[in-house]
Amino acid sequence: MLKYFEPNKIFSITSKAPKYVLFLFIILFSIGLTESLFLSPEDYKQSHSVRIMYVHVPAAWISIGIFTTLTVLSIVGFIFKIRNFFLITKSLAPSGFVFCVIALVTGSIWGKPTWGTWWAWDARITSMLILSLFYLMYLLAWRIYEKSDNVLKITTSITILGIINVPIIKYSVDWWNTLHQQASINILSKSTIHESMLFPLIIMTAAFALFSLLIFLMKYNTELIKIKNKGLDRL
Amino acid sequence: MINTFIFMNGYGVYVWSAFVFTIFSFAYLYTLTAVQYAKEKKKFVKKFGTLNSESAAFAKSQSINKEILSNYTSV
Repeated sequence: MLKYFEPNKIFSITSKAPKYVLFLFIILFSIGLTESLFLSPEDYKQSHSVRIMYVHVPAAWISIGIFTTLTVLSIVGFIFKIRNFFLITKSLAPSGFVFCVIALVTGSIWGKPTWGTWWAWDARITSMLILSLFYLMYLLAWRIYEKSDNVLKITTSITILGIINVPIIKYSVDWWNTLHQQASINILSKSTIHESMLFPLIIMTAAFALFSLLIFLMKYNTELIKIKNKGLDRL
Repeated sequence: MINTFIFMNGYGVYVWSAFVFTIFSFAYLYTLTAVQYAKEKKKFVKKFGTLNSESAAFAKSQSINKEILSNYTSV
C-alpha cells in the first residue's frame, strides 16, 4: 500500500493542493475570527480576555499533535527504512514549532490580565517551553546534520526524548498545583465549556490545522524539488 | 459599540496583540515557505535549461520533473 504514497506518484496531487487548501483556510479563518472577536460571548469572570483562548488553545493542541506525529513517523520510518516518512516529518516540523511559539506568546499575553504576570515557572508553561526547545533541536539537527548519514538517527532520538514531555504537558495541571487552569474540553468525560465558546474554538482549530497542512504541502514539495535538483546534477 | 469592540473593557490591548501576533506569525511562515518553494522551482528550471537534449529528454521522461516544469508559475 505504501507504494501509492511514493513521492513521485503523489507529487501531482501535492503540487496542486496548496491553492485549494489556502482558499479553504482563508474562508475558515475568516469565519473563526468573526466568531471569536465579534460573536462569541465574554466570560463572566475573565471578560473579553477569554477571546485569547481562540488562538492560544488551537495553537497548543496542534503543536502537540504535530510533535506526536513526528515521533510516530520517525520511529516507523527508522525501523522500516521508509525515507519518505522523514521527508514528511521534516516538512511538518516548522509549522509545529511556530504553533508552539504562538501558544507560548499568546499564553503569556493572556497571563498578564488573568494572573497578573507575563510568565511563571508553572508546570504547564515550562513543559510547553521544553517542547519548543525540542522542536528547535529537531529543526537545527536537520540543518546541521542534513548531509550526514546519522541525521535520521539523531532526529529520531530527539523526537523519542521529546515525546516523554507530551504526557507531562497534558497531565501537568492534574499532577501539580499550577496557575494554569485544568482542561475544559474532555473527550472521555463531560466538557465544561459552553457551546457558544466551543463552536469558535472548533472552527479556529480546523483553520489552524488547515494552515499547518498548507505549510506542510509547500515544504514537502520544496523538499521533493530539492531532491530532483540533486538528481539533475548527476545527469 | 465600536469602542467596546476596540477596547473590550480594558482587555483590548491583550486580545488584539495576541491575534495580531498569530496573524503575523502565519504571514511570516507562509512567506518564508513560499519564497523557498519558488526558489527551488526556479533553480530546477534553470538547471533543466542547461541540460543537453539527451539528458533533458531523459529527465522529462520522469512524471515528477514534467509536473515541476508545468507548475512553474503556480504556488
